[in-house]
Amino acid sequence: MSKNHTGPLLSVNHLVTEFETRGKNNITVVDDISFHVNEGEIVAIVGESGSGKSITSLSIMGLLKNGGHVTGGAILYQGTDLLKLSKKERRQVRGKEMSMIFQEPMSSLNPMLRIKSQIAEAINIHQPAKSKKQVQEKVIDLLKQVEIPDAERVANRFPHQLSGGMRQRVMIAIALACEPKLLIADEPTTALDVTTQAQILALIKDLNKRRGTGVIFITHDLSVVADIADRVVVMYQGKIVEEADVFQLFDHPQHAYTKKLMRAMPTIEKKAGDSHAN
Amino acid sequence: MVQNKILQSFRTVRSGIIQNSSPLGLIGLITVSVIIILAILAPWIVPHDPFKIDATNRLIPPFWVVDGSMNHILGTDHLGRDILSRLIYGGRVSLLVGFLSVLIAGVIGLFLGLISGYFGGTWIDQFIMRFVDAMLAIPTLLLVLVAIVVFEPGIVTLILVIGLTSWAQYTRLVRGEVLSVKEREFVQSATTLGASKGYIIRKHILPNVLSSFIVVSTIGIATAIMTESSLSFLGLGIQPPDITWGGMLNDGRNYIATSWWIATFPGLAITITVLAITFLGDWLRDILDPKLKKGGDADE
Amino acid sequence: MSYLKRSLLQVIPSLLLLTVIIFALVYVAGDPVSSMLPENATSEDREILAESLGLNEPFYVQYFQYLRSMVTGDFGTSYQYQRPALELVLERLPATLTLSLMAMLIAIIISIPLGILAALKRNTFVDFLVSGISIVGKAMPNFWIGIMLILFLAVQIQIFPVSGADTPAHFVLPAFTLGVALAAEMTRLVRASVLEVIEEEYVQTARSKGQKESIVISKHVFLNSLIPVVTIVGLQFPQLIGGAIVVETVFAWPGIGRLLLTAIETSDMAIIQTIVFVIAIFTIVVNLLTDLVYRVLDPRIKYN
Repeated sequence: MSKNHTGPLLSVNHLVTEFETRGKNNITVVDDISFHVNEGEIVAIVGESGSGKSITSLSIMGLLKNGGHVTGGAILYQGTDLLKLSKKERRQVRGKEMSMIFQEPMSSLNPMLRIKSQIAEAINIHQPAKSKKQVQEKVIDLLKQVEIPDAERVANRFPHQLSGGMRQRVMIAIALACEPKLLIADEPTTALDVTTQAQILALIKDLNKRRGTGVIFITHDLSVVADIADRVVVMYQGKIVEEADVFQLFDHPQHAYTKKLMRAMPTIEKKAGDSHAN
Repeated sequence: MVQNKILQSFRTVRSGIIQNSSPLGLIGLITVSVIIILAILAPWIVPHDPFKIDATNRLIPPFWVVDGSMNHILGTDHLGRDILSRLIYGGRVSLLVGFLSVLIAGVIGLFLGLISGYFGGTWIDQFIMRFVDAMLAIPTLLLVLVAIVVFEPGIVTLILVIGLTSWAQYTRLVRGEVLSVKEREFVQSATTLGASKGYIIRKHILPNVLSSFIVVSTIGIATAIMTESSLSFLGLGIQPPDITWGGMLNDGRNYIATSWWIATFPGLAITITVLAITFLGDWLRDILDPKLKKGGDADE
Repeated sequence: MSYLKRSLLQVIPSLLLLTVIIFALVYVAGDPVSSMLPENATSEDREILAESLGLNEPFYVQYFQYLRSMVTGDFGTSYQYQRPALELVLERLPATLTLSLMAMLIAIIISIPLGILAALKRNTFVDFLVSGISIVGKAMPNFWIGIMLILFLAVQIQIFPVSGADTPAHFVLPAFTLGVALAAEMTRLVRASVLEVIEEEYVQTARSKGQKESIVISKHVFLNSLIPVVTIVGLQFPQLIGGAIVVETVFAWPGIGRLLLTAIETSDMAIIQTIVFVIAIFTIVVNLLTDLVYRVLDPRIKYN
C-alpha cells in the first residue's frame, strides 16, 4: 500500500469467484468482472439477488466462506494485489483500510456484547497502543459522528435495545472506527423503513463528502442508486453487463437488462430527474 | 385418505432410501434386521441349551483365549451355561420389551398430544401439560423402580411399567407438532369449511405429525432397551431363569476379576443394538423429516 | 423477582399432581399393616391398626391427610430403620449430589472443547472421530461402562479403588462413568450450536473488523453457542440422577440410589416416596436455576 500511489483506490481486474459443491463441478458466481473505485467516489453495484454482487464484495473483503474461493484475477488496493497477501496481512487491511456494513442490522451485531465493546473491538484490533480512556472517547466520538443522540447512554446498551436504524448507525460507526479509505455497504438500507433509509443514505453521503471515503454501495434498488451513486456497475448472472456514469445510465441505458430494471421501477424517471436538479 | 398418506410416506421412505443412501443407516438397518432374525429363530439356531447348567464346563473363556474352545465360542458363565446362546436368547427379551413398551407409550403419548395440541391453550391442554411436567420431573428409571414395588417383576410388568411411565415425551413432541400444523393453510381451510374436530385430527393433523413421531419412537425403543437392561441389571427387572442382557451383566459382575467375558459380551450386545437403532433412527429422520435434521447439517 | 414468583406458581400444580401419582402408587401397593405387624397377628389386630392409621378412610381423605403431613415435613417413618424417612434421605443426598455434580463437571470439561473442535474441523476426520465417539458413548449402558472401567483401571492396572467413597480417588471412576452419557450428548449439542452460531452475521462482522479467527471464536462464537447448551444440560438433570441410582450400585456408592434399592427390596414405602419427592423437587429447582442462568447469560432476556 504505497502512500504515493496515484491510480484508483481499488481496481478489480478479471475477478473470478467460484464455490465448491460436493462431488460436482464448481459453481462460478462471479465471472471475470473488472471495475474500479476512485478515492472519494461512490460506486453502486446493482443487480438482482443471485447476480453475484454480494459475493463480489465478500471477495474484496476476503470474507468468503462455505467453500467460496477467488480463483482468478486481481484485486488491487492502492496498487497492491490483496490476493497475494498473507492471511495476516489481509487481516490488517480489513477494518483498517476497508470495512463493510451488512444488510441486516438486526443480526450483524453480537447480541451478548454492549455497543461500546463492539465498537472498541474494532479500534483495539488496529490501534492496540490506545489507552482505555482514549478508546472510550473514540467510541463516543464515533457514535456522535454517525449522529446518534445521547451517545454515552447508547454506548452502554445491548443491540436488542436499539431500533434497526440505530443499529445500522452503530455498524457504520464500527466500520469507520479506523478511518478506512473504502467502505463497502451491502444493501445497508434494505431492511429499514423508508424514513430511516433516507437518513442512513444521507449519513453515508455525508461521510463520503466530509472524509473522502470511497464507497461501494451494493443494492437492487435503482432509486437508491440515483440518490447516492457517482458511477454504476450493473451485474447480471455473475457478469458486469453495463458500467456508466449515473446520469448517463439513467438517460441512456444500454443493456437490455438495465432497461428491464428501470421499467420495473415506474417512479425512476422522476427520481432520477430530481437528482439531476441537485 | 389416511391410507393414501401412509402409502405416500412409504413411497417417501423408499425413494429416500435410494437418495439418502447413508452407509451408517444401512449398517443400522442390517444390524437391527439380523438381531430381529436371531431373536425369532433363537430356539433353532443356538449352539447350546442356554438354560443348561454344566458344572464341568464352568467359566470357560472365549475360543481365542488360552483354555478356550470352539465348542463355546464366547465361553461359559459361572454355571457353565453357553454365553453365545444366552446372548441370542437375551435379545428376544430386549427387543420385545423395547417394541411393546414404546408401542404403549407411543399410543398414549400420541393420543394425549393430539388432544392437548388441538385444544392448545384451553384447560384440557393445561391439565395434560401439567401432568406431562410432573412426569418429566422424575427420572423414568425412578418411576419404573417405584412401580416395580407395586407389581410383581416380570416381562409383562416391565413392558407395562416402561410404557406407562415414558409417554410424556411423546405427548410433548406431538403437541408441539400439532400446534404448528394447525396454523397451516389446509387445516385452517378445513376448519372454515366446517369439518368436525375428530375429522380434522384424523385426516389432516395425524398424518402430518406421524413422521416426526416415528423418528422419535425409533430412538425411544433404544431408550426402553436401556431401561430394561438397567432394571434387569439391578435385579428388579425380568427375573431368572428368563435371560436378559442386563441380568447376564449382573451375573458377570462378581467374576469380573477372573472371568471378564461374562460381563463384557452382554454389554457389547446392548451397545451394538442401541447403536444400530440410533443409526436407523437418524437415517429415518433424514428421510422423513428434513426439518428435524440436526442443527448445522443443513447448509449452503 | 416477580419472575421467580411466577415460575414457582407454575410449579405448584405439577408438584400436586406428583403427590397424587405417588400417593396412588402407595395406595395400590400399600399393605403397611402386614409389614408392621408380626406374621401371627390376628385379623382383629389388623383391623385395629388399620383403623388407627386411617386406612379405612376413603381414598381422598387419606390423600389429604398424607398431603397435610407432608407440608409439615412429615414424610413418614421407615419401618425398616425405625427413623423418619426424610432424615434418612437427607443423610444420603449429599453423596448422590456430589457424584452427579462431579459427573456434570467431567462432562463439561470433555464436551465443550471436543464439540468446538468437531465444529471447527467440520466434515474432517477429527469431526467424524469426535462424533463417532459421542454416538458410541451414548449407546453404552452406564453400568457396563462402570464394570469395564473397573476391569481395566481397578483390576488390571489397579490405579483406582474399585468401590467405596473414602478418598478423592474413589470419585474418579463413578463420576466418569456417570458423566460419559452426558458428555456424549453435550458434545453433539455444542457442535451443533457452534455450527449454527458460526454462520451468524455478527461473526462475519467480527471478521470484517480484521479480528483474528481465534478471538472471533472465543469472543463471539463461544458464549453465544453456550446458551442453548445450558438449557439442555439443565433438562438432562433427571436423567443424570436416574443414572446415579445405577452407578451407585456398581461402585457401592453410599447415596440415595442404594438406599432406594434396599427400600424397594424391603417395600419400605416411606423411603421410596420420600426419595421420589426429593428428586422431583431437585429437578424443579435445577430447572429454575437453569432458567436463571440463561437469563444472566443472555442480555436479550435480562433487559426486557
